[in-house]
Amino acid sequence: MVMKKVQKLRGFSLHIMPYSEIKDYTITERVKKILNLVLGNKIVILQGRLRPEEEIRLIEDTMAMVDHLKTFKGIELAVVEPNGDEAGFFLRMRRGIARGLIGESNALTVIGPASIVKEIKKDPSKIEVFLG
Amino acid sequence: MFRRKSNIKIGFYGPPNAGKTSLANLLCKDWTGEELGTVSDVPHETREVQFKEKVEVEHKGKKLLLKIVDTPGIATKIDYEDFLSYGIGKQDSKKRAKEATQGIIEAIKWLDDMDAVIVVLDASENPYSQVNITIIGNLLARKIPVLIVANKIDLRKADVKKIEAAFPEYEVVGISAKKATNMSDFYDSLFRLTKKV
Repeated sequence: MVMKKVQKLRGFSLHIMPYSEIKDYTITERVKKILNLVLGNKIVILQGRLRPEEEIRLIEDTMAMVDHLKTFKGIELAVVEPNGDEAGFFLRMRRGIARGLIGESNALTVIGPASIVKEIKKDPSKIEVFLG
Repeated sequence: MFRRKSNIKIGFYGPPNAGKTSLANLLCKDWTGEELGTVSDVPHETREVQFKEKVEVEHKGKKLLLKIVDTPGIATKIDYEDFLSYGIGKQDSKKRAKEATQGIIEAIKWLDDMDAVIVVLDASENPYSQVNITIIGNLLARKIPVLIVANKIDLRKADVKKIEAAFPEYEVVGISAKKATNMSDFYDSLFRLTKKV
């Protein structure tokens, strides 16, 4: 049983990405960098969060990839706020958008290939990543 | 001089299987006599943006002229194998998956074109999914007025208060598009939404 689990979990790695790593990138470069890592079977943990337009662009480009690559099924994506206060997120986002700040926050963004990350559950004080 | 916009473009957005087309159909059937699209239990039944022009809605003596734009459900992953469990053949499932990915891209491209958006959520599902947050975050960033519809209130697991708690800055109205429940409140909310355009 243990062996089975070990075999099942073989083949992915975590990539911890400080926001500073993508801070000076354009939206295209940011999304491309994240998708390249995910296509390499890496689970990306971004310290911070993407802007709304970057998140939707990530979904858009993911769909274009799913359309073109036979083995790619898409991504699992979740943002966890450190204080667990999801409801206050929009207030902070509104202020963030107004001040041009979103990325460098205390949030963590988890992005993984759907073939490895089956589901990400938020409860909102914790995050659970279920591997497939 | 300020003039109220007529033929307001109202987009129906949300995750797959939340009931966007069911609600759009209800509106179109009530006010034009024709439905907009087919509905099904299989996710991604709507794979192309479909719209109905000049839908005149009348409620409590007031009138609205709308262009209703129903969009494919937005998701972060599409696996053709998910469709096999619904009895769809392999080739058709692959075709459906391909169309679904293109539909999502099309739905996103239409976002900028909307005057207001109705975000349709399944009231029996967890509202904190990243897709919901991403859609609403993008509407907020684009300053597009939003009404959240908590659909499927006929289901025992439905929890409208959980959706209200998740999105406290937005008006939430609970309905069942399938059973046409609470539609008067929905129309009240729809008229308030169009006032923000």
